[in-house]
Amino acid sequence: MTPVVELDSVSFAYGDSVAVRDVSLTIEAGDFLGLVGPNGSGKTTLLHLMLGLHTPDEGTIRLFGRPVEEFDAGGRVGYVSQQATNRGGTMPVTVRECVTMGRFAHVGHGRLTEADRDAVANAMETVGIVNLADRLMTELSGGQKQRAYIARALASEADLLALDEPTVGVDAESRDAFYALLDGLNDEGITIVLIEHDIGVVTDRADHVACINTELFHHGDTESFVESDALEDAYGATGQVVHHHHP
Amino acid sequence: MSGADGAHSESDTRVANPATPARDSRHLVELAGVGMTALLAAVMVAFLVLYWAQDLPVASGLYDAFRSFGRDMDAVLGTNVFQHPFMWQSIATGVLIGVVAPLVGSFLVHREMALIGETLAHTAFAGVALGFLVNATTAWDGPVLVVALAVGILGALGVQWLTARTNTYGDVPIAIMLSGSFAIGTLIVSYGRGLTGINIEGYLFGNIAVVTVEGARLMGALSILVVGAVAFTYKQLLFITFDEQAARVAQLNVTGYNTLLIVLTAVVVVGAMQVLGVILVAAMLVVPVAAASQVARSFRETTYLSVIFGQLSVIGGFAFSISQGLPSGGSIVVVAIAIYLAAIAVSGFSVKAISTRG
Repeated sequence: MTPVVELDSVSFAYGDSVAVRDVSLTIEAGDFLGLVGPNGSGKTTLLHLMLGLHTPDEGTIRLFGRPVEEFDAGGRVGYVSQQATNRGGTMPVTVRECVTMGRFAHVGHGRLTEADRDAVANAMETVGIVNLADRLMTELSGGQKQRAYIARALASEADLLALDEPTVGVDAESRDAFYALLDGLNDEGITIVLIEHDIGVVTDRADHVACINTELFHHGDTESFVESDALEDAYGATGQVVHHHHP
Repeated sequence: MSGADGAHSESDTRVANPATPARDSRHLVELAGVGMTALLAAVMVAFLVLYWAQDLPVASGLYDAFRSFGRDMDAVLGTNVFQHPFMWQSIATGVLIGVVAPLVGSFLVHREMALIGETLAHTAFAGVALGFLVNATTAWDGPVLVVALAVGILGALGVQWLTARTNTYGDVPIAIMLSGSFAIGTLIVSYGRGLTGINIEGYLFGNIAVVTVEGARLMGALSILVVGAVAFTYKQLLFITFDEQAARVAQLNVTGYNTLLIVLTAVVVVGAMQVLGVILVAAMLVVPVAAASQVARSFRETTYLSVIFGQLSVIGGFAFSISQGLPSGGSIVVVAIAIYLAAIAVSGFSVKAISTRG
């Protein structure tokens, strides 16, 4: 089976400051990969590289077997960016309108069909926001918003979910429900890449961990990560590791 | 297109807050408003076409009927306005501005690009000045608005280029573009004043009398173009406005649609500056949208309400301007801001009502 993401010796710098150096890693279909590292370690940059939002200075990236710069099946990837960087802060958009955007990669300039509306309705049902469909996104709590974004990705029938710290600003109860939802989606075969500052969540939920601080310190299954010194190496002596435990 | 319908799937039976009668009647009022605006705009475009074709067999009869309708309006209202074709040129231009400016503005405002309109208006001003100069010094005597349109579109692409290089829609490149193009405009005006002898103040402050037959005709054509382009790319513009990164991941041509939006803005601005003036033109892109965003319950509704508020501003502004003999631009903008303040008041009440209830 073709890997979902393949990075080969990828480096990227913003001007003179190197964000990602010589990273090679492969994400197989069905993986639940936790991407961890200290603040400013290049996690988000690495995720953006995988999705083609940045062009690498060196190395090659393949998404679903195709060079990422030629990749055009936008519907296969669902992306939930860091909440703080989401635009449209005061824009009046309903939950249904937001989730419907997941179909836009499929319909292009054409009209939405009944099948598109069904996909939207099913996605909202899966994440449990049907009763919020006509509410404005601006009126939702952090947890509800993240559900709406996940629903948008599901509506696009994405095979890969890329999530960048999706639970920042979300209360603990909603977080647990949210990660249970991700587990369920992963069990159905959706590949997940999750950036998360809470190491406990990653070791509890993810089946693979990539630990980076500009360079890749560890990539492998969760057990080997827990046993390794990668965390201490990557965070260094001064780093603050967030490590809550989630039963 | 998308929207609030789609009540066919099973899951909708579980919707906790189904459409209430109040919401239904609100939708009806909005649809009626949009319908009336569309009808008005269609009549105005028809007038422009009839005026253009008034010597042709069928059109001449219709045109005469329109003129006599205008005389009747004057007789009823006791005015001396609607019998004059040149007034209809201005009214048609105004009505079309009331449609296209808020339509494009719906996306601009929520992209935090509200000042782009102001910038492009100043660029177009340089274009008008250049147009007059070209008229005076060369054999070409076409409408100056065509030059303004070309310069405005170049300016739009320039802003796009600058912001792409500074990697944000920060306000520095916009401020530089705004003042820079106005500076060039003033230089051309001063250089050309002896040559052209034309008063450019009309374009600065907006005046019904500035609207020429060619200007109104250009506005008609541009309006059809803008409405068609927005209808064709509504989904893409919505996605990019709401979440640009996700739109990029979904492989939308974000740069292409951004360029389209900014070029459409330039087109709207050039058409609108005849009536509103360079300094006030941005208001029609921003104020009706800001008012609509206060009270709208969806983005679709925001666009509807923006156009309705825009149209009310234009008609109210024209009525005030004609009855008081004051400039049209200022009148329209003052009415638009009155609507904006009313929208804030209304949304304040409804927020209070919700919070006391729950």
